[in-house]
Amino acid sequence: MEELLIPITIFALAIFIGFEVITKVPSTLHTPLMSGSNAISGITILGALMCSISETLDLEHIGVLLGMFAVIFATINVVGGYVVTNRMLRMFKSPKKQ
Amino acid sequence: MTTQEIAVNYVYLLAAMLFIVGLKMLSNVKSAPRGNMVSAFGMLLATAATLFFITGATAISLVWIGIALAIGAMTGLYLALKTPMTNMPQMVALLNGFGGIASLLVASGDYLNKTDHQLGETQGYVLFTTGLAVLIGGVTFTGSLIAFGKLQGLKITPGRPIQFPGQKPLIGLLVLLGILLSIMLIEQPSAGWMIGLSVAASLMLGVLLVIGIGGADMPVVISLLNSYSGLAAAMAGFVLNNNALIITGSLVGASGIILTNIMCKAMNRSLANVLFGGVGFEATTSGPTLAVAGGHGGGSVRELSTEDAAIQLEAAGLVIVVPGYGMAVAQAQHGVAELAQALENRGITVKYAIHPVAGRMPGHMNVLLAEANVPYEQLCDLETINPEFEQAGVALVIGANDVTNPAARHAKDSPIYGMPILDVDKARSVIVIKRSLNPGFAGIENELYFHPSCGMLFGDGKTMVNALVAELNETA
Repeated sequence: MEELLIPITIFALAIFIGFEVITKVPSTLHTPLMSGSNAISGITILGALMCSISETLDLEHIGVLLGMFAVIFATINVVGGYVVTNRMLRMFKSPKKQ
Repeated sequence: MTTQEIAVNYVYLLAAMLFIVGLKMLSNVKSAPRGNMVSAFGMLLATAATLFFITGATAISLVWIGIALAIGAMTGLYLALKTPMTNMPQMVALLNGFGGIASLLVASGDYLNKTDHQLGETQGYVLFTTGLAVLIGGVTFTGSLIAFGKLQGLKITPGRPIQFPGQKPLIGLLVLLGILLSIMLIEQPSAGWMIGLSVAASLMLGVLLVIGIGGADMPVVISLLNSYSGLAAAMAGFVLNNNALIITGSLVGASGIILTNIMCKAMNRSLANVLFGGVGFEATTSGPTLAVAGGHGGGSVRELSTEDAAIQLEAAGLVIVVPGYGMAVAQAQHGVAELAQALENRGITVKYAIHPVAGRMPGHMNVLLAEANVPYEQLCDLETINPEFEQAGVALVIGANDVTNPAARHAKDSPIYGMPILDVDKARSVIVIKRSLNPGFAGIENELYFHPSCGMLFGDGKTMVNALVAELNETA
């Protein structure tokens, strides 16, 4: 269980940071916050990349194949999430700019 | 750790910091667009570092990865640019689901990539979190697909909650099974069938959880699934011993939980009640039958003509617009903005009162009105706007229902009792644009409509709003 100590510490502290950072988001920005954080959850793309390549295995191995599909899904999540958030945020205008 | 691995991990740390700064900047309208860019840049850095790091790759698999990245990027771009703003809730649901399935695939792929010998040497917590990543990822995936279907109005996923006897015990059983399998995997690392069974259980669980929830409770569901997609990524991070995934996944998990909590509070309901209460049914009565009956405490409903409504609006000093899901369905946001402009041209102040759960996802109304170029300063939340209704000449309710029902304040037996509402009835007069007198999602009739100061404009939101604009322009 010694090896678990560092990852679980990081996990717990990151959750606290998340609460602290996000608590004060105004309701106007709830949707962009959601789609923006959704894009960030596509971070699993790193795992997908790690999984689709390994020194001894290739596409014939089902695990690598699954990793490849994970890359596709995670990339949709990341690209779609960021682009759609950007699209929404650009719509929020202040009256002075009009 | 090799030097390269260490270097990559420093890049991950940098990326994680960029995500935190980016999220922080998302809490202010002015800095939000840059915040999103900062966060995207962090993602690009982390992805590029991972790609460079993977040295053991053969040329073939790099080509395959390039193809996979291209397919994903193009699909994501297409979805993000083509989806109309009114369909944003289902778009967010779909993207969430993709994140969930990706984490499931990563965890199970990594498991399958290990030989029996390697599995035997794998840490217990890694095996356990493999099971959890599969469980949470699977629930996120099918749950999001069902939410997508409900929001999109697909026939196979009706908006009303679908519940059957034994559903809750079955859900409980599947959760238990998923956790139990994850624990058993520690003892029997090479029992791949357990992962397979866990995948099946999690996919089923996602469906069962979300089909029982009504369309109007979707703001809670989407927030919760958002949280799950983050947690799934964090679990995959434990599996791969990847700090970037752990940190980022937990950030998203936390943000989803916060939004879920805000949504639940805005409905004065517990999360358990939203998930299992099965609130909401499809109204079977059509047309204003309730009005004809007139049995509501002797009160009756007053129907207005657009002409009357326009006169009332012109006479007001302050008009507060209360939009709801109906405005989104009728795509009336542009008409509403035009109407507001016509009123402002006459020197009338216009504000918008946005209930936290108006629409189908948190902030839904704000995005639609922003699309129609309504300045965000005019969009007020519940606490800000409620004291102002007393000064308002007209409260104009467009496609909102339960969030304006005064019964929430006093009728102890009402299912929405205690829910914070917009105090529309305190305005000097109320104009409600609504297709019929059908009850809202809670399935209860709205007292507001029988209020003496309330007049109804029966019709499609867009048509009625445009008619009002025409009336105003005629007299201008």
